[in-house]
Amino acid sequence: MSERENILGRIREALQTKAPLPGPHQARGTVMPAVPAIRKWLPPVGTSAEEQTVLFAQNAADLKADFQLFASADELKTALVKVRDAEKWRRIASHGGVLSDFACQALGLPVVLTDRSYHVQEMEQCDVAITECDLLVAQTGGVVVTSRSAGGRALSVLPPHHVVIARRDQLVADLPAAFSRLQQKYAPDYPSMISFITGPSRTGDIERILVLGAHGPKRLTVFCL
Amino acid sequence: MSSFVSNFKALASEKTHDLRHRQFIRTALRGYEAARDRRKGAFRSWESARQSAAETKWQAINHLDAHLVALTAKLEARGTKVHWASTAAQAREIIAQILRDKKARSIIKSKAMTSEEIHLNHALEQEGFTVVESDLGEFIVQLRRETPYHIVFPSMHLTRGEIKDLFQRELGDAPSDNPEDLTMVARRVMRQKYIAADVGFTGANFAIAETGMISITENEGNARLTAALPKTMVTLLGIEKVLPRFADLALFLPMLATAGAGQPMTCYNTMYSGPRQPGEVDGPEEWHVVLLDNRRTELLADVEQRDALHCIRCGACLNVCPIFRNVGGHTYGTTYSGPIGSVITPHLRGLQDWKHLSNASSLCGACTETCPVKIDLHHHLLHNRRNASVSKPAFFERMAYQVFGIVANEPKFWWLAKKIGWLTQPFQKLVKGSALDPAKAWTKTRDLPPMPQETFKDWWENRK
Repeated sequence: MSERENILGRIREALQTKAPLPGPHQARGTVMPAVPAIRKWLPPVGTSAEEQTVLFAQNAADLKADFQLFASADELKTALVKVRDAEKWRRIASHGGVLSDFACQALGLPVVLTDRSYHVQEMEQCDVAITECDLLVAQTGGVVVTSRSAGGRALSVLPPHHVVIARRDQLVADLPAAFSRLQQKYAPDYPSMISFITGPSRTGDIERILVLGAHGPKRLTVFCL
Repeated sequence: MSSFVSNFKALASEKTHDLRHRQFIRTALRGYEAARDRRKGAFRSWESARQSAAETKWQAINHLDAHLVALTAKLEARGTKVHWASTAAQAREIIAQILRDKKARSIIKSKAMTSEEIHLNHALEQEGFTVVESDLGEFIVQLRRETPYHIVFPSMHLTRGEIKDLFQRELGDAPSDNPEDLTMVARRVMRQKYIAADVGFTGANFAIAETGMISITENEGNARLTAALPKTMVTLLGIEKVLPRFADLALFLPMLATAGAGQPMTCYNTMYSGPRQPGEVDGPEEWHVVLLDNRRTELLADVEQRDALHCIRCGACLNVCPIFRNVGGHTYGTTYSGPIGSVITPHLRGLQDWKHLSNASSLCGACTETCPVKIDLHHHLLHNRRNASVSKPAFFERMAYQVFGIVANEPKFWWLAKKIGWLTQPFQKLVKGSALDPAKAWTKTRDLPPMPQETFKDWWENRK
């Protein structure tokens, strides 16, 4: 008999005896909370899009991420150029896409694109990664990227600064909404990696003191058009 | 007394007298406590969230067979190779065989307590593989050739000065004892190791039955890189990590972050559903997922304590435990320390060898109260004590209770015992805690209350 059958056999034998239901609701017939119920317990997110934009900005600031909202493509371009000059970028890594192409053009620097095969060492030398994203989550101040929407698995973590170019309509209120949007968009053919990025890389492993940029980016910038 | 007990007692006594250690741990946890409470308060109802999480894990664990079948079918459908291991030895052999097949030399690892549980690093190093821990805390304890101090904060027992000296000695690079400078040293060292590694190894925080995904939670980005750059990826997954639905993560990810580190969300929560897929630009060509039983099914068979398998390894019960905070993580001598470790270690490694951990408790219940999935931890400690004494009663304890039974059932004996106690108590002070004291194990650290001059019964009879 294979180990699979051994393990499943032991599990089935163990489960012959029922365990009492958890907590004080043992009389209830059903035990799994419905997905919409989850939303009721999570931190509040307000009702209007404006409130949620403000909430996203607050949460992003708490996480030490930079978030800016722009009224026009020109404003976005100006902001990108400003960061480029301030941080003295020389080389960028990015992937093909309407917004990321626009950003790369605006910056006018040599680009390592991940759309075909790329060299990891080359990407590692880049000063910044510019990617698109799937979603912005107001409840957490984080962004959601996938291996399909953001230039693969490494791009959003290898260079020291990650700049996300997003659209307003990508903002969702809370985590349940984020998971349902991902399900609608991809199921059953999910990208092999879906990552909820909530702030720049961090660690507290030395005396519980916060340090940004442990292995991933030291800085996370979210520019939203 | 087994060596596990005597080691525990010796280390516990040493650590509780180490005031610097106690002060240091208390300071390290102070920020966590404040942040955790603030984050719990941000939930509209943390209590309802706990109940929902407990119910969801109940569903997952009590239909574990169906969920594992669904999970592995989905994983395999997208090209993932699934392996099943009943024991730690089987898991080690499966992983070593993958490395041999790939002719791998260097392995980069992200944090995985399951790999500590099966002593993977040691086994792989014996075979000549180079294993590098990439999580900063794990990297530090690996350099010290130590086990993690805490399941979430592996190096929380070390001061910046100790880490600076360690880096200076082992890496020849430590510009200062500033945490930021030290972190950057590790970042530089690790960068090239990711790129050079043949195999990336990860643990897992959740497995989603509905969609066939493994979810990994981390703050540093090391697991992201581990799962992105090497050509082969191996994930070791305890079978209890399963959740039924994709959307369940909407509850579990913020709860894990809040309970574990006082964060709204951990920095990276990443769901993997396969190796590199057609049309994708990077990621491993091969992904192996190893499912580990290692006596979890024995715990599953114990209906009374089955909910211990609901554990999401947030470490919250360690942080609030007065025992953990005083004796420290290494004293336990186990992979999983603190209240959850005391509950499950007897199941995973033998009740008689590890029952002492269930006695090392004040039964204050702080662990049960803080557990985000409502595991009845402090009652399980009592269950373990009961089970241990039923399966192998201690001779002295049995005799003591028999004598007590005889004395307490016979008024004459009881009267005599009281008189003897009253007359001899003044002499007890002279020998208290010394080798001459018959109750030294108890009185060494405790005072007996003085016997009353007059008992209630005497007072009642003489009250006129």
